[in-house]
Amino acid sequence: MTVLTFTLIMLLGAFLAGFIGSLSGLGGGIIIIPLLTILLGVDIHYAIGAALVSVIATSSGSAAAYVKEGITNMRLGIFLEVATTIGAVCGALISTIAPTSFIAVLFGLTLIFSAINSLRKKEEHIVLQSTPLATTLKLPGTYPNHHKELVAYGTKNVIGGFSMMGVAGMMSGLLGIGSGAFKVIAMDNIMRIPFKVSTTTSNFMMGVTAMASSVIYIQKGYIEPGICMPVVIGVLFGAMAGAKILVKTDPKKLRLFFAFLIIVLAINMIYNGLNGKI
Amino acid sequence: MDLTEKFKMSTEEKIEVKDFQLIVGNLLRYGVWISLSIAFIGGIIYLMNHGSDLENYSVFKENDTNIFSVITNVYDGVILGKGEYVIFLGIILLFLTPMLRLLISLVVFYIEKDFLYVFITMLVVLIIAMSIFFGFSH
Repeated sequence: MTVLTFTLIMLLGAFLAGFIGSLSGLGGGIIIIPLLTILLGVDIHYAIGAALVSVIATSSGSAAAYVKEGITNMRLGIFLEVATTIGAVCGALISTIAPTSFIAVLFGLTLIFSAINSLRKKEEHIVLQSTPLATTLKLPGTYPNHHKELVAYGTKNVIGGFSMMGVAGMMSGLLGIGSGAFKVIAMDNIMRIPFKVSTTTSNFMMGVTAMASSVIYIQKGYIEPGICMPVVIGVLFGAMAGAKILVKTDPKKLRLFFAFLIIVLAINMIYNGLNGKI
Repeated sequence: MDLTEKFKMSTEEKIEVKDFQLIVGNLLRYGVWISLSIAFIGGIIYLMNHGSDLENYSVFKENDTNIFSVITNVYDGVILGKGEYVIFLGIILLFLTPMLRLLISLVVFYIEKDFLYVFITMLVVLIIAMSIFFGFSH
């Protein structure tokens, strides 16, 4: 195939990945990797590099809005970035020596986990008490609800959340993804932070986390300009189109359909990884 | 200093911080658009020169170039008007947007006199700087 044809196909695929990623809440990066590797036969290292670039673009693009509205907890984000960046550097270093089949299988498992997690019912819970460590670190905060009133929330289990964030960062460095699912588990289930705050803060953190592995990726040659250019542009516009639709509807059935589709892709990836085809 | 003055000062500080957050938001947004526009222009140049070449993306060519030589290569390539290096320049600028955000947070925490968070932010910057040395090709 010529470079031009391939670029146009990738542009279209990346648009779809960004669109589905935004509707399903999984993020475009995690969907572009199976698309590039399984459907288009691109080497997984290039796919990971291109996914990382699109993660940074979507994070910086959308964090801008959330910071302004005061939902993102900047202190919480920066404190947890200590864990995610350490994890990301370790993950990126491991990815440079790990066999491709291991990366493919790990990616498939992460994809299944994230897809199932995206179907979980999200209940808003607010704890009022905070642990002493959380108070020392000034982690409890407030956020505006839909009546524009400020709601105060507390923070629990700082050490547990911090450790889980290290794992999230490592997955991000290993696979070039934002690992939003792991981050939300750390903040939501372990630290008991309200869902709205944990999602936006997770998004805010992704850019910095991804940056920690980007230098290693660049040095090892994961960043192929010819692939990154159509992918990052496609994912960003796809995500913007998806966000517009999300405002109008809550696509529950679509979400179920996408989760199913993603699980099929994931199984395919694990199968190919085990057979050494990736 | 009496109480009203103190109150006045603290609200002024808050306004400043809010302005800073607005600046952070705008910088991120413009940063993304500027770097993507550069990557797009590079993409057009690349496709004009190499559009009819055959792609070879299924084979990974592992590199071991340290970041400083990558930057020198990009600089030389951009001057020669090579599309792939113009795309690379856009990508490097994109990677710098989160760093810019970190540095601005550092300033905001310093203005708020929150030295615990000045320290934590510096720690994050340090870890990222370390990644350059860890990832060095030996």
